[in-house]
Amino acid sequence: MEKTYKIEVDCANCAEKMEDAAKKTEGVADASVSFMTLKMKVVFEDGADEKSVMKKVLKACRKVEPDCDIEI
Amino acid sequence: MSRKQKKVLFRIIISAILLIIIHLIEPEGWFSLLYLIPYFIIGYDILRKAILGIIHGEVFDENFLMAVATVGAIGLREFSEGVAVMLFYQIGELFQSYAVGKSRKNITALMDIRPDYANIEKDGGLEQVAPEEVSIGQTIVIRPGEKIPLDGVIIEGNSTINTSALTGESVPRDAETGDEVISGCVNMTGLIKVRTTKEFGESTVSKILDLVENSSMKKSRSENFISKFAKVYTPAVCYSAVALAVLPPLVRMMFLNIEPEWGVWVFRALTFLVISCPCALVISIPLSFFGGIGAASKCGILVKGSNYLEALSEAGYIVFDKTGTLTEGVFRVKNVYAKDAADEYVLEIAALAESYSSHPISNSLKEACAEMPDKDRVSRVEEIGGHGVTALVDGKEAAVGNAKLMNKLQISYEECTEPGTVVYVALEQKYLGCILISDVIKEDAKDAIESLKKAGIRKTVMLTGDNKAVAEAVGKELGIDEIHSELLPADKVTRVEGLLKEKPDKEKLVFVGDGINDAPVLTRADIGIAMGALGSDAAIEAADVVLMDDDPQKISLAIKISRKCLRIVYQNIVFALAVKALCLILGALGIANMWIAIFADVGVMVIAVINATRTLYTKKLT
Repeated sequence: MEKTYKIEVDCANCAEKMEDAAKKTEGVADASVSFMTLKMKVVFEDGADEKSVMKKVLKACRKVEPDCDIEI
Repeated sequence: MSRKQKKVLFRIIISAILLIIIHLIEPEGWFSLLYLIPYFIIGYDILRKAILGIIHGEVFDENFLMAVATVGAIGLREFSEGVAVMLFYQIGELFQSYAVGKSRKNITALMDIRPDYANIEKDGGLEQVAPEEVSIGQTIVIRPGEKIPLDGVIIEGNSTINTSALTGESVPRDAETGDEVISGCVNMTGLIKVRTTKEFGESTVSKILDLVENSSMKKSRSENFISKFAKVYTPAVCYSAVALAVLPPLVRMMFLNIEPEWGVWVFRALTFLVISCPCALVISIPLSFFGGIGAASKCGILVKGSNYLEALSEAGYIVFDKTGTLTEGVFRVKNVYAKDAADEYVLEIAALAESYSSHPISNSLKEACAEMPDKDRVSRVEEIGGHGVTALVDGKEAAVGNAKLMNKLQISYEECTEPGTVVYVALEQKYLGCILISDVIKEDAKDAIESLKKAGIRKTVMLTGDNKAVAEAVGKELGIDEIHSELLPADKVTRVEGLLKEKPDKEKLVFVGDGINDAPVLTRADIGIAMGALGSDAAIEAADVVLMDDDPQKISLAIKISRKCLRIVYQNIVFALAVKALCLILGALGIANMWIAIFADVGVMVIAVINATRTLYTKKLT
């Protein structure tokens, strides 16, 4: 399953870091962040619960970039 | 400017004024700490992020670099430099976020095709509802000047439709009852009622918006290179800075027995850190690609990812499908060679005899007649499979068909050797003449091939299922280098695979088709371009680049846009790296001071961002 989320982030480098953090999160098969469109696309692993995974993704992203936000 | 940006601007102004005032008073001793007021006003968020970063184990980001450099400068009692670095860093960040926001807005404006509402009839009046709420088969009303919200068929009314937002084509199309209309276009002249055929999510406009918005997710090699580079580069510079601060003084102290000058070397190391910020690259490259993709969309060229835009700039081989791509894909009467009769008469007889058939050939005959003759003049129509038809027209025996039919009926005729489908016409056993029917080459096809060659495309190839004579004739007229005819769809894949092996690795192979039954080839090629894809879901799915209309000139335009974009990307990479490398060397030698370092960081970024926004403009390319 694949879903796109709106994100809030200030710099391109931070967007890169969010992408890395999201990719490493459990339950995420792949993730891609576009700083230009301020969107994050997440491909979930089979059987992963989307809501709880996204909570973890947000937590991981906040760790690398305290000022970011994801509209879940 | 957003609220956030305004707040930063306010902080910049306040701290700049304070810095100037304090600088003019030249405070001494403990009063020097006055500098900390503007410092904290401008830098508190950076310091906070740097500390949070360290707590989370995320060192080596730009907040960390700036925090260390400025705290270090202040520690060395270089107060005004410390505050200035932070101040200029914030100015740079503000500029960057403003520039990015602006191009974001520009590009969204280019793709301003999202309909806001649909009108449905209710209790005799019109009600506006969200397009998502309209279901398939419902009737919507579109007034002049409104966007068509969903794909559908006109059930009432006539109008002209402006497709320019989707296709870049400025000539509007006429539409009448029974015609299909596509969402995202603008209804110009008349009120129309449309029965929807798709839900909003499946409508053309949604698909296109989805495609454009997701395109920057597929990253190009250059983007990946920079993000990898930044990961190595920043720590490398940080370690070098530490080495620069520690090693020279130690060497001086232990081996040369001279004054270590710790302060000088630490200050040089801090300069190093300021220069090292990779922002210019990290922001300008995705911005360039985003601009390039946006500019292409504006011309009706949808590129599905930065990686494809990058690949397009390396196109060396272009393989075309013939029918529908270089030719109209519609059979038309090209010529009438009448013998002892008027051309119109020959056509009329042929059209009448074929009037009960719906074969493309007979349709083209009917279309060629100025006025459809009365069907009642025909009787006793007899189709002879693989030959043609015989019929009584105005009571006379007419025979219309190929050479085999003429032979069968023992009518002597003059053979026509021109490429295309030839229809021979005879009346009462007497040969009247022949009609040449063929697929028409697109008006712009020749110019398109020429401009591709001018753009440095090494080889053009045409693949077609059509017979050799037709293929050769079309290929020759257009000036195509290599022609392969009489191919089955599977043969086309094999041919493309052969070409993929033959071409040099660096050059990319582009396949251009109309998206109808060439999906396997579109996916096999390095870049698949689908043409005339407006409203064809299969083509939009299979291709990497989608041309919304069927103008072959758009291919070279797409290549030009991609090349311009890549040129700007490389300019920025080289420029930023060269300036930074130079400043790093000068900084290590002690020639470059903090001010030069600020230019190397903020100045380079501003220039790179301005350069990147050039990708949005395509005027000079067409």
